[in-house]
Amino acid sequence: MSMGELKGLFGRLAAVVLLAFALAGQPAVAFAANEAEKVAEGVAAETAEHVEGGLPQLNVGTYPTQLFWLAITFGLLLFLMSKVALPRVAEVLEARQEKIANDLDRAHSLKAEADGVIQAYEKALADARASAQKVLADAVATTDAETARRQAELAADLAVRAREAEARIGAAKETALSNVRTVSAEAAQAAVARLVGLDLDQARAEAAVDLALKERA
Amino acid sequence: MATDPLHQFQIKPIVPIEVGGLDLSFTNSAAFMVLAVVLVTGLLMFGMRGRAMVPGRLQSVAELLYEFVATMLRENAGPEARKFFPFVFSLFTFILAGNLLGMIPGSFTFTSHIAVTFAMAVTVFLFVTILAFVRHGLHFFSFFLPAGTPLWLAPLMVMIEIISYLSRPLSLGVRLFANMLAGHTILKVFAGFTVALGGALGAGGYVFGLLPVAANVAVVALEILVACVQAYVFTLLTCIYIRDAIELH
Repeated sequence: MSMGELKGLFGRLAAVVLLAFALAGQPAVAFAANEAEKVAEGVAAETAEHVEGGLPQLNVGTYPTQLFWLAITFGLLLFLMSKVALPRVAEVLEARQEKIANDLDRAHSLKAEADGVIQAYEKALADARASAQKVLADAVATTDAETARRQAELAADLAVRAREAEARIGAAKETALSNVRTVSAEAAQAAVARLVGLDLDQARAEAAVDLALKERA
Repeated sequence: MATDPLHQFQIKPIVPIEVGGLDLSFTNSAAFMVLAVVLVTGLLMFGMRGRAMVPGRLQSVAELLYEFVATMLRENAGPEARKFFPFVFSLFTFILAGNLLGMIPGSFTFTSHIAVTFAMAVTVFLFVTILAFVRHGLHFFSFFLPAGTPLWLAPLMVMIEIISYLSRPLSLGVRLFANMLAGHTILKVFAGFTVALGGALGAGGYVFGLLPVAANVAVVALEILVACVQAYVFTLLTCIYIRDAIELH
């Protein structure tokens, strides 16, 4: 599409729009004239109501009623507020203030109480720990002493028993040795009697054994 | 079709009453004053009915309102001003309720009338002036000569101070009235644009008329802010005046 063609198209479009406006305008203008007339009538009617014209606020004739009713209504409001409504609000606000203050006080005292309890608890805990330690130390000391005592007892007992055993062994040895002497003397007697045919008395045989033992020792 | 932006400020009698030639009719203005009292009292009484230790939603609102004004008074007027709390609280809630009720489309804004705002400002002015006289006697007049002023400047300073003191009720009353008047007029003018556009351009005009509607949404948000801020400013200045009366600078 060329530039010329585009221009032509727009030109025709504009003409159509203008025509439409012109046609539609006919009734609109008539409506507007009608409306303007009504508006003018309304203003005229209202203006006619204004007896003096101008600001209604400057119409002195209305002042007595305004002041009269202002005094009555404001006086009534002042009375109602000061005697009934405001004391009621103040009462509620004060009660709330008091309650908040009381609650805060109670919270403070409860906190102090809780702090005291915690302190007491910690003290009790520390005391218990200390006494437990003491009991433990005592127990350890007692046990140690008992152990030492029993060990000492045991050692003494063992020593006594060892000595007794040694004594028994010594006695047994004595007995055995003396038995050996007697048996040797008898054997020597028998041997002499067999070999030589001599009857050796016991005293001599024993003396000879003693001698021989002495030599061997 | 109401397009006069000042029509909304029209005072209309509901129950005509006349006493000794004076027109004391119960008007739309009076009706909204009564509504404001009912709403504020209702909020506090209904909100606090449970006297709960842990407040619910409505009780939170009531307590928040109480604490807000109490803090404002304590910080700006000192602890001695505690006994004036009901007065300051009533002032704040009355103006706030009046301003906010006025934001409801089709309602009436009694704080947009100079007679009401100026009367309240004069009440505050008389209250603090009497308070100052009761507390300080004739010493009150030293208020008009700031300490440390050179003697040759004294006549000028006294004059300036007296004028500034006397202009307090005027500025206090006019500020609230003018803010409410301007805000509500702007809302109505913007709304009127939509109607006017529709009138002038027909169906297309109503499409363009959405623009003022969008702007009006923003202005409504702004006006709700202004309604709260102006109630706050009025009360804050009252607190500051009370401190001046108690401390004399």
